[in-house]
Amino acid sequence: MSTTHTTTGTWFFACKTTDVPTNGGVCVKYNDEQIALFFFARRNEWYATQNLCPHRRQMALSRGMTGTVQDEPKVACPFHKKTFSLKDGRCLSDEHECSLTTYPVKIVDDRVYINVAEITVMAEV
Amino acid sequence: MKVVVIGNGMVGYKCCEKLVARSGSSPLELVVFGEEPRPAYDRVHLTSWFDGKTANDLLLAPLSWYTDNGIRLHLGDPIMQIDRTNKTVTSYKGITEQYDYLVIATGSAAFVPPVPGMDKKGVFIYRTIEDLEMMKAYAPQASCGAVIGGGLLGLEAAKALLDLGISNTHVIEFSPRLMPRQIDEQGSAILQHKLHQLGLKILTGKNTREVMGEEAVTGLQFADDTILPADIVVVSAGIKPRDELAKACGLATGPRGGIIVNEQLQTSDPYIYAIGECALHNNMIYGLVAPGYEMAEVAVSHICSDHKAFTGFDMSTKLKLIGVDVASFGDPFPAPDTCHSIVFEDKYKGTYKRINITPDGQFLLGGILIGDAAAYNLLLQTARNKMVLPANPEELLLGSRGTADNGAGVTALPDEAMICSCENVSKGAICQAVTDGHETLDDVKKCTKAGTCCGGCTPMVKDLITATMKAQGKYIRNVVCEHFPYSRQEMLDLIKLKSLRSFDEVLDHYGSGEGCEVCKPVVASILASLWNDMILDKGNDTAQDSNDRYLANIQKGGTYSVVPRIPGGEITPEKLIVIGEIATKYNLYTKITGGQRIDLFGAHLSDLPDIWEELIAAGFESGHAYGKALRTVKSCVGSTWCRFGLHDSVSFAIQIEERYRGLRAPHKIKSAVSGCIRECAEAQSKDFGIIATEKGWNLYVCGNGGSKPQHAQLLAADLDSETCIRYIDRFLMFYIKTADPLTRTATWLNKLDGGMDYLRNVVVNDSLGIAEQLEAAMQLLVDNYKCEWKEVVENPELRKRFSHFVNAPADKDPTVKFETMRAQKKAAEWK
Repeated sequence: MSTTHTTTGTWFFACKTTDVPTNGGVCVKYNDEQIALFFFARRNEWYATQNLCPHRRQMALSRGMTGTVQDEPKVACPFHKKTFSLKDGRCLSDEHECSLTTYPVKIVDDRVYINVAEITVMAEV
Repeated sequence: MKVVVIGNGMVGYKCCEKLVARSGSSPLELVVFGEEPRPAYDRVHLTSWFDGKTANDLLLAPLSWYTDNGIRLHLGDPIMQIDRTNKTVTSYKGITEQYDYLVIATGSAAFVPPVPGMDKKGVFIYRTIEDLEMMKAYAPQASCGAVIGGGLLGLEAAKALLDLGISNTHVIEFSPRLMPRQIDEQGSAILQHKLHQLGLKILTGKNTREVMGEEAVTGLQFADDTILPADIVVVSAGIKPRDELAKACGLATGPRGGIIVNEQLQTSDPYIYAIGECALHNNMIYGLVAPGYEMAEVAVSHICSDHKAFTGFDMSTKLKLIGVDVASFGDPFPAPDTCHSIVFEDKYKGTYKRINITPDGQFLLGGILIGDAAAYNLLLQTARNKMVLPANPEELLLGSRGTADNGAGVTALPDEAMICSCENVSKGAICQAVTDGHETLDDVKKCTKAGTCCGGCTPMVKDLITATMKAQGKYIRNVVCEHFPYSRQEMLDLIKLKSLRSFDEVLDHYGSGEGCEVCKPVVASILASLWNDMILDKGNDTAQDSNDRYLANIQKGGTYSVVPRIPGGEITPEKLIVIGEIATKYNLYTKITGGQRIDLFGAHLSDLPDIWEELIAAGFESGHAYGKALRTVKSCVGSTWCRFGLHDSVSFAIQIEERYRGLRAPHKIKSAVSGCIRECAEAQSKDFGIIATEKGWNLYVCGNGGSKPQHAQLLAADLDSETCIRYIDRFLMFYIKTADPLTRTATWLNKLDGGMDYLRNVVVNDSLGIAEQLEAAMQLLVDNYKCEWKEVVENPELRKRFSHFVNAPADKDPTVKFETMRAQKKAAEWK
């Protein structure tokens, strides 16, 4: 998993790897939070961010299209196509836009776990 | 799936290559039986074996290729029996293999005329490397040779004898001239004269009666009682299809041999295919390699449940015979009353050129080139693509006497012009390879395969490389995004060429990185425009733009709107009631759209499949409001009620909407049909609009509303319904083929060189000769149409994707909020 996060928090079980469409995303419910989980099948990489797009505050990022820019993984919000880096959550298409919170992901066998140490950072942006 | 291929010649090999390429990830078991001791080799260039090429040089692929691709290859082990009841084959060595599909590619054997003495020592056939080895071993004791047969292969065999040091060699032809099937009398005379200069003696109109000699051959006796001394004889009098296996197991064969096949190359047993020289298609045996390759392609695509058809093949050919160019293309000698011929003959240099043009001087039908065939490819393409000839067609033979413009011919060809007909490589593909950085002939050959078979197209490939590179210096390439260095039109051609079906395949072949929100919808749209497969299949769901991925339009707050198709805006009261009931049940806001249908807003993602299940049960289908696709065909009420109406505009609108429903394009497409000139349906503001006239329909194209409104322009007037639809087919497919991403028809027309006149020429006058192709492409899409929502509703796996939480599918998004306005709901305002 490529992430710069420290992994001191708790890992919670999100879903099975097969529940996530290849090269796409799903939304994971964790208590009252929504986390967008993305699977890049071609490079076997997983990323997780907040599901809320900070632009118009819509719970939609998990339904966005994934891709890369200069090899950096990104997601585009379905509403207005703002794009965000999945490495560090920064907005790639608008430097004034807020960044996304990102979460570490790990795979154990066919199970996907997300680390929610920093979950409070994202609550009610 | 298990496929057994009988025969490992050129066509059998091509069949393996195509099967391997097609099978992709799906498991394919492929077993091949070959009679010869070595794997498939290049029989076309057999004579180069005498120039020092070894048998290994001639191999099409080394043995390791077969093992690397998991093919079990049995060499020197011909199949002896086919058991159709149990679907097995048994080989000479006793191996029995079961098959799901069997491909017979046994090729042909040399036809040996029934003349006494053919079994004498020193008489050879000219077919395999083994034949050459035997000839070579025998040649030192021979001094005068004879070749029976003055066709293509016979002249090749004569060359072989010359190469073996037998300078005193005669070619004997039964008919009054050489190569009677390819060239005319005058050309044949020039060829004969040329060959004579090179030391070859030609005897035409000679019927061999007997091969003379005791044990070994000493000469030939002819029907006119003349005798030709010869101590080595090569028989090359034609081919006979190897159909004995097929006959033995009861497959239908032709009266003069050949396994009868249909357009899919199936024999009378649908699980058995026959391709290459053993196959008899429409009473024709194709003795060239290019049609054999095409047959392999068609058979393999059919085995892989695709639908290509073999509808005959152009027998155009260009060869260098003993240093003399000989080419014949298209129709080399049509009946005199159907064409005019322009003939150029230079007895001094030994060249003969003939072209046949239509009586109106517009098109090239075919021709013959002897001694100098440099113009072959260009002429062939000119004929094949039905390109309009210059005012002075003789310039095709003599060159322009005005200013020289080298390469203009190549650049004038359309992208789809087939440059390499052996490997089916189009001009577009070659140019792409060049722009992709393959700037040498070798590179282009490696990456496109063009010129790797008969090599006849090499000069043209070179011209294309030069022309493309020249053009590159002058403009900035119009590319989709950083992941694909191609324009949309180029992408479409490439995807079509390789029959790619998924975004991943396209990325593997032509892209880099992971793709992005720009290229994914472009590719997904192209795939839909080419094949009309279910858009959520094959991993393409995540390549769709978000609305297409959920087959609904995302609205403020993250809920979706639902638009059932209401063709022509006509709806029964019962169906109106159903929509009302569903809207009530799922608490949806309802509004009439500008396209004469009803939009239902505020549906939760997880409710979409349930809503559609009810809509479909009531007879509705997807309205594709979420796609860059045909939206609506609006109509006025027309002659059924209106006192001014000339025709039934509603019925025609419904017919048109149902024809093009689901059609995906670079952008959305809208249409309308008005029943009279009052134009109540506003057809002139649509991508294509139809207005009734006294005599039929006027067809307008390339209009739109939106931010820059533009009126549609008249494409053709007073059409009957059928012609109107044909023109719409052509217009839409030409637009789909050539437009940049997210370009409406109006913008596309504004950018089109030559504008409306050009478009009218293409659509109405078929100036590019692609009308049939465009219509066929559209028909494929029409035939493949299915309601996407019906497929989702019936497929539990697909339905699963329509939930907001992956780990709590029953929960709806709790952040969704509505407000009330005028007794309905609306989305909460966003910040």
